[in-house]
Amino acid sequence: MGEMDQMKKEAEGLKSQIEAARKAAADTTLADAASGVAPAPRVQLKTRKTLKGHLAKIYAMHWATDCRLDHAMLMVSASQDGKLIIWDAFSGNKINAVPLKSSWVMTCAYAPSGNLVASGGLDNMCTVYNLKTPVVKTVKELDAHTGYLSCARFLSDTEILTASGDTTCALWDIETGKQKTVFLNHVGDCMCLALSPDMNMFISGACDSLAKLWDIRDGTCKQTFQGHTSDINAISFFPSGNAVVTGSDDCTCKMYDLRSDQEVISYQDAQLNSGVTSLALSVSGRLIFAGYDDFNCNIWDSLKGEKVGVLSGHDNRVSCTGVPQDGMCVCTGSWDSFLKIWN
Amino acid sequence: MSSKLQSSNNIAQARRTVQQLKLEANIERIKVSKASADLMNYCGEHAKYDPLLMGIPASENPFKDKKPCTIL
Repeated sequence: MGEMDQMKKEAEGLKSQIEAARKAAADTTLADAASGVAPAPRVQLKTRKTLKGHLAKIYAMHWATDCRLDHAMLMVSASQDGKLIIWDAFSGNKINAVPLKSSWVMTCAYAPSGNLVASGGLDNMCTVYNLKTPVVKTVKELDAHTGYLSCARFLSDTEILTASGDTTCALWDIETGKQKTVFLNHVGDCMCLALSPDMNMFISGACDSLAKLWDIRDGTCKQTFQGHTSDINAISFFPSGNAVVTGSDDCTCKMYDLRSDQEVISYQDAQLNSGVTSLALSVSGRLIFAGYDDFNCNIWDSLKGEKVGVLSGHDNRVSCTGVPQDGMCVCTGSWDSFLKIWN
Repeated sequence: MSSKLQSSNNIAQARRTVQQLKLEANIERIKVSKASADLMNYCGEHAKYDPLLMGIPASENPFKDKKPCTIL
């Protein structure tokens, strides 16, 4: 009993130490520091394309990395109609429709090469498909998680990261189908993950209301960010790689700076009482597009914390958002079964 | 599970928690003023390459339906 109490005391002491160190570094807030910066202009975007074709709620979408090839702009979407659809956003045409073994899909991802896509959900598996064979073929079923697959992101054609309702994240070798590394530390379902721009780290958000920064190669949790009071559903790196933005069921988004190890700004509004489902940043990092349960996507000035626009047009919850690498538009996907391209 | 096994699991868990907290406590932290300055600089330097921030002229918008041209 002595050791347990000792451990508890040591843990409390360390938590206080971390709190004190963060406070000592908090000589200002981001909003105060940015008070001299000109406000971002009011952002009024129009729907340029509505992608129709799914027959049920859309849960996820992901832009191809090098998305502007041959005058096409490619992205993948996943719906509980049991399909992945590869779209050309310019024409609105469907390039491929991949039937899923399990229709309870929660995530989809495009490999940076453009050769592969992945999906996963309540089947607890991540399935990888080859788009370049004459008929789209299943390459591997990555089966080891003991909970639903909430998010997947390719590092390359041979490695993929997954986040799961079993509270772990994992790095997989696609060729062998085995987990190379399991990232253990969350105490709630992992809901989202994002890769750092240099691909050495990733960040995860979970139902324990924490965001954690991980070293991909050594498997360790480097930093833990608190502040949210409910599930973190969405997460993204700021383009410099020095900060992360999170979106939560507590109706707020927050930015955490990695080097000061703390929350530097919160994006919230007293009139907003819907959870955040998804988020994406514009290429300079100045604008945050956040999808909410209330059918809208709100646009925030990342430095000043002010709302600068809204994307209204969906007839149900916005479940996913994405900005392509060239930053030319933003895509929103919804439970209303449509995807919209805005700029 | 025997209570002895359970309590040794709990101690193992507590040890891991302390270990993780030690790791997280020992990092270097920069001041928020410096972090903010870097974030503001990044936004400032990259603003001109951000089409959603700067706006896209109609003639350069690949999503805008081009009106048919008549040759006069």
